[in-house]
Amino acid sequence: MPSLKDLRNRIASVKATQKITKAMQMVAAAKLRRAQMAAEAARPYAERMNKVLANVAQGVAGNPSAPRLLTGTGDDKVHLLVVFTAERGLCGGFNSSIARIARERATALLAEGKTVKILCVGKKGNDVLKRQFEKQIIDLIELRAIRNIAFENADEIGRRIIAMFEAGEFDVCTIFFSRFRSVIAQIPTALQMIPAEIPEAVAGEDPAPYEYEPDEAEILAELLPRNLSMQVFRALLENAASEQGARMSAMDSATRNAGEMIKKQTMKYNRSRQAMITKELIEIISGAEAL
Amino acid sequence: MAVFPFELVSPENLVFSGDVQQVVVPGSEGDFAVGAGHAKLISSLRPGLIVITDAAGQVSRLYVRGGFADVSGTGMTILAERAVPAAEMTDGVFEAELKAAQADVAAAASDAARMRAAERLAQVGDVRKALAA
Repeated sequence: MPSLKDLRNRIASVKATQKITKAMQMVAAAKLRRAQMAAEAARPYAERMNKVLANVAQGVAGNPSAPRLLTGTGDDKVHLLVVFTAERGLCGGFNSSIARIARERATALLAEGKTVKILCVGKKGNDVLKRQFEKQIIDLIELRAIRNIAFENADEIGRRIIAMFEAGEFDVCTIFFSRFRSVIAQIPTALQMIPAEIPEAVAGEDPAPYEYEPDEAEILAELLPRNLSMQVFRALLENAASEQGARMSAMDSATRNAGEMIKKQTMKYNRSRQAMITKELIEIISGAEAL
Repeated sequence: MAVFPFELVSPENLVFSGDVQQVVVPGSEGDFAVGAGHAKLISSLRPGLIVITDAAGQVSRLYVRGGFADVSGTGMTILAERAVPAAEMTDGVFEAELKAAQADVAAAASDAARMRAAERLAQVGDVRKALAA
């Protein structure tokens, strides 16, 4: 039976924890709003880009001189997995769910006898994956210093992926990130980047052929790297929103748990205090009666 | 004058959306103007100035750094890597742009890429001269 003092201390410490989780929840909520706005602002560009890409890709369909970013190397021996996670923990299952789908994919590929290379963006994914895939992880890109993700940050990662591709370091590139659905739903997603998956052209468009300036192949050669950077940018933004959403709901339930624990401990504290008083009274009364 | 819908988007946001009379675009093979009913065209852009004449006849100028213009039957969309109103292009911003372009030249892996990057560097300088004039 813990003493009254122990109970009091315990209640105080849980209360302090509750204050911290509550504050973290509110900070996450504020950051989430900003991250969500950034993710939404990037949407029009990505949509238009898809449309243009679909149009141009139609122009070169079946053309043997189509860029390799579009068609791939014709091989699928070496796979590059780019895993986007957060830099910080305490956000529920956010990091582990992304790491899980990446791990499943890596394990499956290794079982098929393929070579796997993993590029981690964000420290937490690296922490989780390095236990099992120490040899496969080629590098870790940390974004800790960056407060607001700008397109330049994504462009840097995109260029690096392309440089690796052109150096023949891999055949297929897949990125892993978490798509933001709502505060309580973030969907870990795998997206194949190289060879590029081309969106279907919008049906019902006027079928007159486009004119290209310069020609299709050249435009595509410029458009595809841009598209890759854009996808990376989207992944980063979606991830940022998901992270804050996950943290918000994790901290919300932590706050609630702390509240429940305080209630239980307070009840226990009051009971034992009452028991103590009753015991002391009985002692006094029985002492007086004995006289 | 006839108007058509025009959108200018950059990765970070939607910069301009609305009906316009005419847009002058710095295409990679030369400037061209787009009016209502223009033939379908996809062109890449060089760093330069976009001149927008909106439905009310107001003219606004924006600096864009590379990207694509997509003229379709229903309107025009420009995907710009970066879009800044010309009035906000101060010397400091130009210096940063020039530095980025120089870095691209230095980092270019192939001769073709280096040539393209060098061309861009020159074009940024041209825009600066045009704006100062």
